Amino acid sequence: MAMTLAERMLADRAGLPEVQPGQLVEVPLDLVMGNDITAPIAIEAFEAAGATQVFDRERIALVASHFVPARDISSADQVGIMRRFARQHGIRHYYPEGQGGIEHTLLPERGIVVPGDIVIGADSHTCTYGGIGAFATGVGSTDLAYAMATGRTWFKVPESMRIVYHGKRRRFVTGKDLILHTIRRIGDDGALYRAVEFTGDAIHDLPIEDRLTMSNMTIEAGGKVGIAAVDDVTERYEEGRALRPWRRYAADPGARYVEELEVDVAALEPQVAFPSLPSLTRPISEVGDVAVDQVFIGSCTNGRLSDLREAAAILRGRRVHPETRLIVIPATQDVFMAALREGLIEVFVAAGAAVAASTCGPCLGGHMGVLGKGERCLSTSNRNYVGRMGDREAEVYLAGPAVAAATAVRGRITHPQEMLPGGGD
Amino acid sequence: MAKAFCYGDNVDTDVIIPARYLVTGDPQKLGQHCLENLDPEFVQRVRPGDVIVGRRNFGCGSSREHAPLAIKGAGVSMVIAASFARIFFRNAINIGLPVYESPEAAEGIRSGDEISVEPESGVIRNLSRGEEYPVRPLPPFVQEIVAAGGLMARLRQELEGGVGRGRN
Repeated sequence: MAMTLAERMLADRAGLPEVQPGQLVEVPLDLVMGNDITAPIAIEAFEAAGATQVFDRERIALVASHFVPARDISSADQVGIMRRFARQHGIRHYYPEGQGGIEHTLLPERGIVVPGDIVIGADSHTCTYGGIGAFATGVGSTDLAYAMATGRTWFKVPESMRIVYHGKRRRFVTGKDLILHTIRRIGDDGALYRAVEFTGDAIHDLPIEDRLTMSNMTIEAGGKVGIAAVDDVTERYEEGRALRPWRRYAADPGARYVEELEVDVAALEPQVAFPSLPSLTRPISEVGDVAVDQVFIGSCTNGRLSDLREAAAILRGRRVHPETRLIVIPATQDVFMAALREGLIEVFVAAGAAVAASTCGPCLGGHMGVLGKGERCLSTSNRNYVGRMGDREAEVYLAGPAVAAATAVRGRITHPQEMLPGGGD
Repeated sequence: MAKAFCYGDNVDTDVIIPARYLVTGDPQKLGQHCLENLDPEFVQRVRPGDVIVGRRNFGCGSSREHAPLAIKGAGVSMVIAASFARIFFRNAINIGLPVYESPEAAEGIRSGDEISVEPESGVIRNLSRGEEYPVRPLPPFVQEIVAAGGLMARLRQELEGGVGRGRN
């Protein structure tokens, strides 16, 4: 039977000749991940169940990312639970603040997760690793506890949907715009319980960073995984990076999909999601006049070096609008260092941005940029739900980094095209 | 009697329990802020055993297990929805919060209705309106976990059987 990419991966790793949607499979895990919010509950469950050893100290990643550097006493205590466990079990991939960053940027960047991996992580954006061809999905703390003890998990084989992207992207159109447009079309539950395959010439034309952004937001349509199959671009990305041998999978010709969708990328403008759902996305030409109090550039969605380069290209030699504030947070320590060496950090600071140490921070209303009552923020992150970044009466708009930078300069949501010479600025 | 609290589509984990409270795993503490961003009066009005009813995609968003823990900690006995986001659904099963998928019930129940559920017979009863709605049966793999008494009970069984010991 012809199998989709997700079915092919699960069948291979479950040791079965074939699998079908709805079937239960048990698979060994290549990597198991938790963070400072989700790992403490998992660690307590692990210990309460009487587990004394982790399945493999090389294949567990514990990353302090959400409330670090410690936001308050309670979060310091939570991070402390994870630190103690990491030391006690000799967890190889334990990253405190200052040594790692946001897990979903860190793990692919350092080659800790590699193509073909089966991964679960106690964070919904674990699906990010689909961008390098991994089958990776978010779970809760109890599933994490079970996986840390056994190295295995159960999956219901998901139905697969295929989204084919055609055409050449216009300038300033990125993976963020492709995925926001896609969520607008299929809805916030348009991929619920499904495996999404991102294919087509426009995907092969897309750098890995942009594919990671697309896979990252698959969960915003309810998807279990969002995978871009390994191609030459992936292979080049993994050279000198992958810490383990990796696997290359592809969908079989003739595989059956529950839904197929075509996207004409050449027709797309930069996209902006309106409050308070990612599906409330509009092309930027239909946004109208929207003034913002805060702009945030960062997160596991758009806090990579390529994102900071795009933002800096707009901000160089300009100042943040006097009635707006800009927060820039490189997603990882490596991104921070590279941005420093390239002079990007200087551009941000000179423009009047607050630049902070790597953290998820404001994306989830944790710290480092929480919104007050009635405030409006344009963010490069992934969720604009009610109260996501702070007060329930605050509003969040989502966009890519170039739109964010242009918006910070103008103080209202702005097409970066307007910042080009002759573009009106 | 179990009273229904009805909400709309896409009740996300950020409105169920805002991230600023994710510094504890204690269901009681989390329960004090349950649905704070959606219905600030919910925690004052809810009584032990009451039911939350959502429409489509209930529990979308974050993987935070704090969301079903907060609902449980607020005293809610079960959640009924037309459909659930997959991570929330899995977490609820894992921590022992009953979740029932029933588009018919989500459509028919109104806030304040008295509800009872007989999972064995696969029926949700609306005592206020004299209506009955079918419940989608749990997938077999979920039934296995429930039968074992939750995922951690299953882990305990495996550890006692010597399965899953570390290789480091």
